[in-house]
Amino acid sequence: MKLNGVRFNGRRLLALVVKEFWQIVRDPSTFLIAFVLPMILLFLFGFAISLDSYGTRVGLVVEDSSAPAMRLAQAYQHSPYFDVTTARSVEPLRAGMIDGTLRGIIVIPSDFGEGVARMRPPQIQIITDGSQPNTAQFVAAHAEGVRSQWAAIENATRGVSVSAPVDVSARFWFNPELNSRYFLVPGSIANVMTMIGTLLTAMVVAREWERGTMEAMMATPISMAEFVASKLLPYFVLAQFSMALCALASVYVFGVPFRGSVLTLLAISTAFLMPALGLGLFISSATKNQFVASQLALLTAFLPTMMLSGFVFEIQSMPVPIQLITHIVPARYFIPALETVFIAGDQWGLILPNIGMMLLFGAIFFFLSFRVTRRSLD
Amino acid sequence: MAGPAAPDCVASASGIAKAFGPGVRALDGVDIEILPGKVTGLVGPDGAGKTTLIRILAGLMAPDAGTVAILGGAPSERLDDIGYMPQRFGLYEDLTVRENLTLYAQLRGLPGDEHEAVFARLYQFTDLGSFQDRLAGNLSGGMKQKLGLACALVRTPRVLLLDEPGVGVDPISRRELWAMVGELTAQGIGVLWSTAYLDEAEMCDEACLLSSGKLVFSGLPSDLTRRVDGRVIRVTGFAERRRMALTEALDRPDVIDGTIQGRAIRLLIREGAPVPDAATLGMGTDTLVEPAHPRFEDGFIEQLGGGPRGTSALAASYREIPASDEPAIEAQGLTKRFGDFTAAGDIRFTVPRGEIFGLLGPNGAGKSTTFKMLCGLLSPSDGTGAVAGHDLRHAAATARASLGYMAQKFSLYGDLSVRQNLDFFSGAYNLSRARARQAIERMVEIFDLGDKLGLNAGMLPLGFKQRLALACAVMHEPPVLFLDEPTSGVYPVMRREFWMHINGLVQKGVTVLVTTHFMDEAEYCDRVTLIYRAEQIATGTPDALKAQAAALGHLADPTMEDAFIALIEEQDRRHAREEAA
Repeated sequence: MKLNGVRFNGRRLLALVVKEFWQIVRDPSTFLIAFVLPMILLFLFGFAISLDSYGTRVGLVVEDSSAPAMRLAQAYQHSPYFDVTTARSVEPLRAGMIDGTLRGIIVIPSDFGEGVARMRPPQIQIITDGSQPNTAQFVAAHAEGVRSQWAAIENATRGVSVSAPVDVSARFWFNPELNSRYFLVPGSIANVMTMIGTLLTAMVVAREWERGTMEAMMATPISMAEFVASKLLPYFVLAQFSMALCALASVYVFGVPFRGSVLTLLAISTAFLMPALGLGLFISSATKNQFVASQLALLTAFLPTMMLSGFVFEIQSMPVPIQLITHIVPARYFIPALETVFIAGDQWGLILPNIGMMLLFGAIFFFLSFRVTRRSLD
Repeated sequence: MAGPAAPDCVASASGIAKAFGPGVRALDGVDIEILPGKVTGLVGPDGAGKTTLIRILAGLMAPDAGTVAILGGAPSERLDDIGYMPQRFGLYEDLTVRENLTLYAQLRGLPGDEHEAVFARLYQFTDLGSFQDRLAGNLSGGMKQKLGLACALVRTPRVLLLDEPGVGVDPISRRELWAMVGELTAQGIGVLWSTAYLDEAEMCDEACLLSSGKLVFSGLPSDLTRRVDGRVIRVTGFAERRRMALTEALDRPDVIDGTIQGRAIRLLIREGAPVPDAATLGMGTDTLVEPAHPRFEDGFIEQLGGGPRGTSALAASYREIPASDEPAIEAQGLTKRFGDFTAAGDIRFTVPRGEIFGLLGPNGAGKSTTFKMLCGLLSPSDGTGAVAGHDLRHAAATARASLGYMAQKFSLYGDLSVRQNLDFFSGAYNLSRARARQAIERMVEIFDLGDKLGLNAGMLPLGFKQRLALACAVMHEPPVLFLDEPTSGVYPVMRREFWMHINGLVQKGVTVLVTTHFMDEAEYCDRVTLIYRAEQIATGTPDALKAQAAALGHLADPTMEDAFIALIEEQDRRHAREEAA
């Protein structure tokens, strides 16, 4: 397809868009993928799969009996995240660690009270089960969280400075209750948009090939640009609708704060739809077969969005080669931008680079699909 | 036909060559002209290159060599003048009839104020007016075909390209379609009609016969028929031994082709040989030899050097099926209901050992449902059936083991090699290792598969696919054979070879059940039953059905297709009378 040969006729485009609209309305599977599936995903991620777990069984070794140490021990005992078994030394808890009844041991050392009194950062030791990395991380993070809360209270009420840890992650900062739902919901919006943008688009063009309607279309005077546009416009609108649905559900059902503006959200999701739709179009033009197209869409769009975007697994904790791969996953730029607009607000400095990257990938995919879409059956 | 195109033709192509990948030549130096006001038939078996040529004419593919001119221009510049109906009609099944028409009208730039007038004309033309709001996916095959045609006609084209419009359409719809095309040519439109049915070629004004990408004949269909004038005879008067008579006749050196036509056999005599009389044929004292009307297919067969001989090597090596008092296939009131919908109602027939029984009917009439119940693939809602004495309700698996099943499409694994397919089916039918090896060797020899063993079945030419499918179905020497549309779209020579084997097997006592809407296949049957709207509307020998139709429609010497149409129309009239009463 030569770009200087693009012919565009508004009436023909309208006729095609109307056709596409009726197909969407009448095809129950489109409706399922666009509206029902997103809701299922959102509720699944929002309610069922919470990364927060409460009442994790840990051991607490208090070697010191000073007042600050007791207050910290109490903070652990009262924390809803932990179910604490207290001991005087590590030895009696070792068996629990081995047979898995304890997920970690927190040790408040004997010089703890002394350290607080001397204004020296008190060291606590956190022992976790490295064979269960997720739980280990969780235990460590929450143990640190409880400690820093204790430190803050200590600071405020007694004027004792026990310096908060330096390494506070952004998520921690904006999500002081460590509520994972806050970042799961924007993440699942990315999944839903990938599903509609890439999976549905990949299927609909392949469907035209499979049912032989593509052949009949090519025998009419339509141009490929009109055809492609007629596929993109309805699914663009459809995806934005689902996105709005998800965003409303996030705010009103899950109570995720929305601190940015609607226009910013629209800009971000528009930017993400470029690579999503472009990839879908490329896949279906290249495969011409619904089954292969859906498999490719799952493999190249859905799974990376799920696994490599920082949604389920944190990118910083991935091996370096995989971290490099995440840079070519458009959702990697979408999720942080969404998190920013939801939780922090219109921080353009954070959002713009992400939008730029998404547009870049969109341009690449569109270029590729124009390369493979030809007005010919050869 | 090569050289400069005649000034009056609406479309022409010359020297067209097209290859898909190395060594796969779809077209090889083909010339064709489409004249205004004429139907040009593009005739050839599946895989001959018909679709490729039509796509090139429609501007959807570029030829590797040769030139195409539509009204003097390139196809891509003349899109407004080309009406094109692809094989699968190009309809959007989830749009209504009206929405499909509107879409194509808008895409083809028909001014909005003309829509109503054009649609009204097309509704009248296609008789689809009362179905405007029905989804295209819910139309019958014939109605889809008409809508596809209407969509190709929204802007009256000057060239109309129809890719196999007669496929999958029952004889009634096909006849209506021909009438519609007749009206279009009267308006001066040049029509290209592609088909695998040679009988359709006779209805064209011009015929181009395509075989393996080469043009083997082009001109008036009567030119081809005239070559065999006076050499086609119809032989009757040997009652029940017609299969034997055909086998014997085909083994004679002066007979180059022969088919069964009800109780008669039809023979084509070699050029230069004297036409044999009853005495020469030596088939008994009652034998009567009459001249028969030559057909396009006769001419085509002669052009190809004649059909196969009469004796089937497959039958020769086949076991003799022991005689039995029990019928080989029995259907007693077979009924299948899906919810409120009756797909097949009260189907009854018995087929004695060593007979061919045909299930005829339009698409969706219920013949496949009946077939599947007898195969044990669907359990009947009511009634019973038995195959080789095994009741379908209690011993479906045993019943299945005693039948061989062959469908022209879908029955082979395209991604397995010929040998792997043979191995698989010998295993599926549970042959012992020694028997399997023996059976496979026999099949390879009979069907000449020796040099094709390593090829994937999907890559075989259609005729060989069919041979392989038959080989896989009979490897375990079943007493009963089920054939589902076994030879539609197949090369006529291959079709004869196929029936030559079937005839041989039947003489060994094999019983055959065949579903078809292809009238040539019906002629091979001893008895047929016509199924229409889930009901059995007529049962009898092909000749009896023809006689019944002749009485109904006051037809002299009706063909099987005439009989089919007359009987169905009579049923519709009866239905209408009952509704009125």
